[in-house]
Amino acid sequence: MIHIEELTKRYGNLTVLDRFAMDVAEAEAVALWGPNGAGKTTVVRCILGLVDYDGTVEVDGLDAVSRGKAVRSRVGYVAQELSFYDEMAVVDVLDFSASLRGFGTERVDEVIDLFHLGDHRLKRIAELSGGLKQRLALASALIPDPPILLLDEPTSSLDAHSREEAIELFERLRDEGRTILLTTHHMEEMGMLVDRVIAMEGGRIVTECAPAALADELGLRVWLHILVDAENTAKAQEALAADGFDSRLNAAGIVVEVPAQRKGEALKVLYRAGVEIEDLEVWS
Amino acid sequence: MTAIVAPNAERVADVPERAQRRAIVAIARKELGDAVRSRWFWMWAIAFALLAAVLASVALPGSRIAGSASFGRTAASLVALVQIIVPLMGLTLGAQSIAAQRESGALRFLLSHPVNRTEAFWGIHLGLSVALLAAASAGFGAAGLVTAIRSGGAQAGAFLRITVLAWVLVIAMLGVGMLISVFARRASAALGIAVFVWLAFVFLGDLGLMGTAVATRMPVDALFFATVANPIEAFRLAALGSFVGSLDILGPSGTYAVDALGPALMPVIVGVLVLWMILPAVGAWIRFRTAKDV
Repeated sequence: MIHIEELTKRYGNLTVLDRFAMDVAEAEAVALWGPNGAGKTTVVRCILGLVDYDGTVEVDGLDAVSRGKAVRSRVGYVAQELSFYDEMAVVDVLDFSASLRGFGTERVDEVIDLFHLGDHRLKRIAELSGGLKQRLALASALIPDPPILLLDEPTSSLDAHSREEAIELFERLRDEGRTILLTTHHMEEMGMLVDRVIAMEGGRIVTECAPAALADELGLRVWLHILVDAENTAKAQEALAADGFDSRLNAAGIVVEVPAQRKGEALKVLYRAGVEIEDLEVWS
Repeated sequence: MTAIVAPNAERVADVPERAQRRAIVAIARKELGDAVRSRWFWMWAIAFALLAAVLASVALPGSRIAGSASFGRTAASLVALVQIIVPLMGLTLGAQSIAAQRESGALRFLLSHPVNRTEAFWGIHLGLSVALLAAASAGFGAAGLVTAIRSGGAQAGAFLRITVLAWVLVIAMLGVGMLISVFARRASAALGIAVFVWLAFVFLGDLGLMGTAVATRMPVDALFFATVANPIEAFRLAALGSFVGSLDILGPSGTYAVDALGPALMPVIVGVLVLWMILPAVGAWIRFRTAKDV
């Protein structure tokens, strides 16, 4: 469905994408994963024809430059930076988006219902929270019922609850057979949503694998912030050290660095040592 | 929860053709709506209408007696007002157009739809043009109403000609503003450049040209063409010519123009204005269409 070959993008002397290549099959969900500046967003912008580039980008067999309009008519796009027209009302933005795609107000009413925007339809964009803007962006992207979704860090401005809702929605969209290209740096989102991960750094592909294998492939590590009773901290640290886990104390608890795929092992060690865990956070 | 799939599964397939027909109109309607929501737009429109009405009232004391001479005073006052306000309206609105949308990210939102850059550009141009024509018409409408009430509408034809020339001027200035906008990196920079260009057209063009003419002993033909090349001066000459009937009142330069160009004089001046209406807009469109990134 999406075919990219030898994609290179430069801004002056800075090479943002360096002979990048990938294929996304129909109904496949793929994540572009990597740190800020890896080039994920630029790939999405190239697919949409928003930036100039060298190389080949095709969507549904159509060249993204010469058939840009046809490509964009097949794609729903949610941008990382949610920019609309601040003075317009929610319903006006959706009406505008629908009219550019040749749809009428009936479809706008449908997406307003679908995304629970009815109570906000007359609010100005400038008055919306990040979560509502995100819902508006998704509503706008889904007006044409597109077969392809480009989601550029779609949960970046959401709180935990809204993020959970968004992920549920993406799962449904994926299950309906849409092709999804997602950019993210959240490991857990990828695990739930995509079939394949393309890890990027410096505009190049570092590795390509199933989401579950990414942490091992890249040797990713996370930090467990474990709260235990003050009397048990020494005992907990000893038990962790005996099993090869490095730990340190901070003002509130114990911080343990573990491989991303071995979080449970550190907890098992504490359980076996009889240390009761009061609370837990995972930092990545 | 409702199904996300649209009831009509064939919608996507026919989108491009339908969208092609509607994109420019949809964008123009949005731009017009934005302008109408803007306080600046209303400020311009109301200020222009009020000033035009006041000028018409002041210039027409006892006009039933004074006849066409009174209309001449009204028209001259209106031309002077248009020279100052209308270019500033067009330049500032045009300068803000693309640059502000680019800066806020809204342009990226627009161009992520099945819209090409040509449609986006001319949609914005069309919407702003309609807004500016409405604002300019409000001013002329107010002045025209006062003139008609007090002088009986005898000079309606001349009044209409000046109105049309003001429309051409405001669209020309919109094109210049949009040309600034496509090159500027930031909306604030575009606005600053637009104000400078306005100053250059209104004041430097006039005073600077006079100074240069005196200092360099500029030949009269060169002085005339240098004057006409300034769109605001071209408007002034065309407008004066449309109700006075001759440019002799402009002194040696006007006399030269009448002698040298004869009946072609007005078409040449209006042609210059029309070129100003077309060329900057086309230049801005080419730049916008070929710009590498949004």
